[in-house]
Amino acid sequence: MDLKSITPVGIRTESLRKIYTSPPPVGGMGTGAARGAKGKAKPAYEVIALDGLTLDVRPGEIFGLLGPNGAGKSTTVGILTTRVKPTSGSAWIGEFNVWERRVDVKRLIGVVPQRPNLDFNLTAREILTFHGAYFGLGSAERNQRADALLERFKLTDRAHHMPIGFSGGMMQRLSIARAMMHDPAVLFLDEPSAGLDPQTRLLLAEMVRDYNARGKTILLTTHNMEEADSLCHRVAIVDHGKMIAIGTPQELKRSVPGGFLVRLHFSNAPAALVPLVEVLRALPGVTEARESGGGQVDLYADRGGVLIPAIVSAATAAGAIIHDVHISEPSLENLFLHHTGRSLRE
Amino acid sequence: MNYKTFLAMLWRDAHVARRNFVTLAFQTLLQPMMFVFVFGRVMTTSGLMPPAYKSMLLPGIIGLSMVMSGTWAVAMPLVAEFQFTKEIEDRLLAPIEIEWLAVEKVVAGMIQALVAGLIVIPAAWLVMGSGVALSGDHIARFFMTALLVALLASSLGLVLGCTVGQQHIGLMFSLVLAPMIFFGCTYYPWQALATFPVLKRLVLINPMVYASEGFRSALVPQFPHLPNGLILGGLIVFDVLFIVLGLRQFRRKALT
Repeated sequence: MDLKSITPVGIRTESLRKIYTSPPPVGGMGTGAARGAKGKAKPAYEVIALDGLTLDVRPGEIFGLLGPNGAGKSTTVGILTTRVKPTSGSAWIGEFNVWERRVDVKRLIGVVPQRPNLDFNLTAREILTFHGAYFGLGSAERNQRADALLERFKLTDRAHHMPIGFSGGMMQRLSIARAMMHDPAVLFLDEPSAGLDPQTRLLLAEMVRDYNARGKTILLTTHNMEEADSLCHRVAIVDHGKMIAIGTPQELKRSVPGGFLVRLHFSNAPAALVPLVEVLRALPGVTEARESGGGQVDLYADRGGVLIPAIVSAATAAGAIIHDVHISEPSLENLFLHHTGRSLRE
Repeated sequence: MNYKTFLAMLWRDAHVARRNFVTLAFQTLLQPMMFVFVFGRVMTTSGLMPPAYKSMLLPGIIGLSMVMSGTWAVAMPLVAEFQFTKEIEDRLLAPIEIEWLAVEKVVAGMIQALVAGLIVIPAAWLVMGSGVALSGDHIARFFMTALLVALLASSLGLVLGCTVGQQHIGLMFSLVLAPMIFFGCTYYPWQALATFPVLKRLVLINPMVYASEGFRSALVPQFPHLPNGLILGGLIVFDVLFIVLGLRQFRRKALT
């Protein structure tokens, strides 16, 4: 291929804001979407999907956008892939401003959508060859690439089948093969592993790493911490359209105060726990303690299980009854919890 | 414009249409052909209709078949692809301005409308039997009408396909397409509305009228029809209107 595909291309966004005034595309909907009531009056629909997101994805990097559903991940991908117009702010792929140079941008990117959007009127192989033709590949080249990709994604025996009968995993493999067909410098994967079996997940991770090893930039969105942790060079944690934290998975995990999260459930009324929380905060190794409602107390600490005897004595002294203890190791999940007070899975 | 991408997308639509040819043909041509048989053959042979009705009917049927197949060919896939299957996204991400994808859809629809016309002329002629008197004196006018009607059909398909919700397809038929057919001078010439002065003027807002009367003027000029200038003007105005409206709606659907 030409030089363009050998030189890695970066991604940049600056104060990106997106406010939907009509229902957004599938997968791009914010949480708590205030849908207008049905009726003749104009629906009062306004959802802030992105609220000033600034990102800098380095050329040749595997970058993860981690956040719960409705955090603005798909909207970010929508804007970067020319399909969503930002309300304000701007985005670049390489040297091209995405909204102003849409055709140039489209040449540089490959997109694997959150929901399969395969051309159901074509066979698996035709989906690849036509995609190649849209990108101006000659007949010999697109046939050869299509066959190679079908082979790599273990779809050769289904090459001449219509994808309508394919399993979710097969559709996802075909979507990724299609996105790689024109050898784009930047690959977007929107929730690539959602609903996949473990085998396909492994294949997917392998394909992403292989593709990245060829100097390609990859941006993937996920609400799966393990995936972000194992696959991405750097991760940005987003929530409510804003960036909460950015760094390598290791840096991010280290940034959680203490690292360990000890979650305690008490049978007592929350008000009765206030003095106890003060005592717990003073325990050696505990960096933060807070009452998170419903008789739950979260402790961030630099150690886990060894704290338990001290906690139990403090609780007994305060007349509190512990009915559940959960210890989590340092993880991106804890980081998310620390910043938002909510779990990624909520 | 990136012509390679444009041609590849057109090739994709041709490929799919060829694969679904039989289904498509039945969907759009069976009903007009049954009408041709009942009114052009049964009614005329039984003496309930004068034999001259055959020649009067054929141009209307050509217009009807072209409009139905062209509109259907563009509207139905767009409704599904934008709202449900999202198949179109692959082409929206092709390296070409998205408006060209809409233009490509219109060109593909025009080709299907023209093919439908080509099939329907000999088929209807055969079904009706002897006594169809078509004139070959206005070939240029015929081809011009055919092109403008094909564009009318597919650009209307673009408007409907980017406007109608998936749950409203049935409504689109009963509220838009059925009145268009029945008040479109397909089964009768515009002159036949002489005794309904209000209706006669009202139907002029129906683009189908210009299609049927256009073919009448080109193929059976011996019968009364709308003035040629009005036909041409009507077709061009509706073509432009639907293209402009269709491109706007397409852009709205394709970008958020």
